[in-house]
Amino acid sequence: MWSWELFWDSFSALLPGLWITFAATVCGALLAYVLGLVFALIRQVRVPVLSQITFGLVEFIRSTPLLVQIFFFYWVVQPWMGVQWSAFWSGTIALGLHYACYTSEVYRAGIDAVPKGQWEASTALSLPRRRTWTGVILPQAIPRVLPALGNYTISMFKETPLLLAIGVIDIVGAAKDFGADHYSVEEAYTMAGIFFLVLSFPSSILVRRLERRFVKH
Amino acid sequence: MLDNFGYFWEVVLKGLPYTVYATLGGIAITIVLSVIAGLALLSGSRTVRFISRIYVEGFRGTSELVQLFWIALALPILIGFQLVPLWAGILVLGLNHGAYGAEVVRGAVQSVPKAQVEGAVALNFTPAQRMRRVILPQAFIETLPPFNNLFIQLLKSTALLALVSVPEMTKQAEELRPIFGGQVGVIYLIILVLYFALSVVITFVMRLLERAAARRLGRRPVKHDTLSDPLAGMPVGGSALGGKP
Amino acid sequence: MSSIDATEEPEVGAEATDDSANVMIQFDGVVKQFGDNVVLRELDFSVSPGEFVTLIGPSGSGKTTILRLLMTLEKVNGGTIQVDGEYLSHMYRGDKLVPADEKHLTKVRKRIGMVFQQFNLFPNMNVLQNITEAPIRVLGLPKSDAEERAKDLLDMVGLGEKVTAHPTQLSGGQQQRVAIARALAMRPDVLLLDEVTSALDPELVAGVLNVLKEIASTTDITFLCVTHEMGFAKDVSDRVLMFDQGQIIEDASPDKLFTEPEHERTREFLHAVIDRA
Repeated sequence: MWSWELFWDSFSALLPGLWITFAATVCGALLAYVLGLVFALIRQVRVPVLSQITFGLVEFIRSTPLLVQIFFFYWVVQPWMGVQWSAFWSGTIALGLHYACYTSEVYRAGIDAVPKGQWEASTALSLPRRRTWTGVILPQAIPRVLPALGNYTISMFKETPLLLAIGVIDIVGAAKDFGADHYSVEEAYTMAGIFFLVLSFPSSILVRRLERRFVKH
Repeated sequence: MLDNFGYFWEVVLKGLPYTVYATLGGIAITIVLSVIAGLALLSGSRTVRFISRIYVEGFRGTSELVQLFWIALALPILIGFQLVPLWAGILVLGLNHGAYGAEVVRGAVQSVPKAQVEGAVALNFTPAQRMRRVILPQAFIETLPPFNNLFIQLLKSTALLALVSVPEMTKQAEELRPIFGGQVGVIYLIILVLYFALSVVITFVMRLLERAAARRLGRRPVKHDTLSDPLAGMPVGGSALGGKP
Repeated sequence: MSSIDATEEPEVGAEATDDSANVMIQFDGVVKQFGDNVVLRELDFSVSPGEFVTLIGPSGSGKTTILRLLMTLEKVNGGTIQVDGEYLSHMYRGDKLVPADEKHLTKVRKRIGMVFQQFNLFPNMNVLQNITEAPIRVLGLPKSDAEERAKDLLDMVGLGEKVTAHPTQLSGGQQQRVAIARALAMRPDVLLLDEVTSALDPELVAGVLNVLKEIASTTDITFLCVTHEMGFAKDVSDRVLMFDQGQIIEDASPDKLFTEPEHERTREFLHAVIDRA
C-alpha cells in the first residue's frame, strides 16, 4: 500500500503549500505582536470601557476554538464589514487576532515584571507618560517577552493548517489535494508531518537560545 | 433573523454530546499519558527517557491537524483497520495534549524542593514511596493551572474533528451554513457561546480541585483574575518545542 | 519680618505661606494612611530655602512617606503641601482648593528631584543617556547642551570616565552617584534623598556621602534626607527632625539633638542606632 515513489513525489507537491504556511505564520504573527501590545496597553493604561471590552474579548477569544473563529471571520465578519478579502487574508487575520489574545497576556506579564522603581524614577524626573512607556518601560519589557512570543509563533505555525477549512492551500491542504489526485493519502500526510517536525525543531532551538539570552533566572 | 433560532439551537445541541465526549475522552487519555510520559522523562533509564522524548517532541513538533488526518485517514489504510472517526479524534486529542502534559508533569515534579526529596531519603523511603507519598502530592497542585489551560486547549481542539466528519458542534454548524447562508452569524455565535460555557465549566472544576489541593497542603489558594492563565506551563528553558498556548 | 530670637526655632505653622520667600517646603496638617494604618497624623513642618534637613526615626515612622508625598508618588489623605509658596498636593479651581490633577502635578514636580534607595537607574540606557534623558525630554535642552551638563556632573561625582558605561557594569556606589547626577541634571530646587546608602556595601557608603556633602555645601538646593548614617546627618544637616508614629517629636540642630536630646524616645532611638553601628 505504501508507495515510496508517491512519498518522494509529494515533497515537491507540498513545497508551494509551505510558502503559504510561512506567509500566513509571518503575517499572522506580526499582527499578533502588534495587536497584542495594543490590547495590553489598553488594559494597563486602564482606558475606561475600552479596557473592560478588551478584557472580555481576550477572554472569550482565548476560550473558543480558532477553527470556529476562522469560519466566523470568513463567513460572517467579512461580509458584515462589506469587504471581500481572499481566504488567505481573512484566515490570517483571524489567526493573528486569536494569538493577539495570548500575546497581550505575555506583554502584560513583561510589563508587570519591570520594577516599580523604574516608574517612580520616571516620575521623579518628570518624564511624560508616553515617554516613560516608550523610553523606559517597553524597552525593558520587550526583551523579556521575546522567548514567549517565539513560542507562540511556533504554535501559530502549527495551527496555520486550519486555514484549509476555508480553502487555503497550505502544506496540509496541498497534502490533501495530492492524496486526492493519487488516490492515496498516507504518503503526503506523512510528508506533511515531516515538514512540520523539521521546521519546528530549529525554531524551538532558536527560541531556547533567546530564552537563555533574555530571561535571566 | 431569530425565527430559526430554535431550529439552530436544536441542531447544534445534537453536536454537543460529541463535543463533550471528545473532550472528556481526550482529557482522560491526556492525564494517563502525561503522567506516564512525564515520569518517563525523569526516569533513570536512558532508553525510557529517549522513548518518552521521541513521543513528546514528535507530537509537539507537528501540527495537530496533520496528526488527526494521519491517524483518521492515513493509518487505517496502512493497518487495514478503520477507526470510528470519533475514536480516532479522541486518540489524537489525547496523544497530542498528553505530550504537552508530560512536560507539565515533569516540570511539576522537578519544582518540588530538593530538601523534600532529601527528607524522604533520610526517612528511608524507597524511591517508589518517595514518589508516591512525598513528591507527587506536592507536584499535583503545581500541575493544576497548566492542566486547566491544556484542557481548555483540548476542548478548543475538538472543533478540528469537524474536518474528519465527527458530527460535533462545529460540524453541525457547518451543515447548516449552506442552507442558512445569511443567518450563519447566529449559528456561529451559538456554538462560540457554548464553547465558552464549556471552558468556564472546565475552569470551575479545576479551580475547585486547586482549592482542595491547596487546603490539603495547608496553603492559601492562589487568586486568578482570568479564565485561563496563558503563561502557566509555558516552557521556559529545558523543553524543546514551543509552548502550547 | 518679625525678629527671631537666635536661640529659638522660628515658628512653623499656618501663616508661613505669607512670607513664602523664607519657606521652601510647607506641610500643613498632612494626613496619610494606607488602609487602616495611619502613617502621618496631622503633620506640620516647614523647610527654608537652602536648608539641609534630615529626618530620623524608627522604620515605619513615616519618614519615607514624606519624601514620596513630595515627589507626588503618593497622594495626601488630608492637609496640604506647598513648595515655594505653590500648592503641590492641591490646586486652585477658581478660588476653591481642590486635589491636584495630573497636569498640575506634572508642572510642580519639575522643581523636585529624588534619589532612591535602589538607585532606579534605567538599565536600558547607558550612564550618559540616563542623565540626559530628562533634560532633553522634559526641559527641552539641545542634546549637546544636555550632554555637556551631564559630563560636568559626572566629573563632579567622580565618574567622568564612565560616560558610556552601562549601569549593570557599575558598583552600587557608582550607580548611586550616577543617580545623584541624574537628579541634579534637572537643576531641582529641592532634592529628596531616600536612604541613599542603605542598599550599598559598607565600603561604598563614604564615596556617596562625600559627593552629597560636596553638593550640599556648594549649591543652594534644599535637601530633605532620610538616612541611618548619623555621622553624616550630624556633619551636613542644618536641622534634624526626629519622627515617631507619624509625628515630629523633636526638631533641633544636629549638635543639640545628637548630644542632648530632649525627648526620651529620641535618646532610645539614638542609642539603638549607635549601638548597632
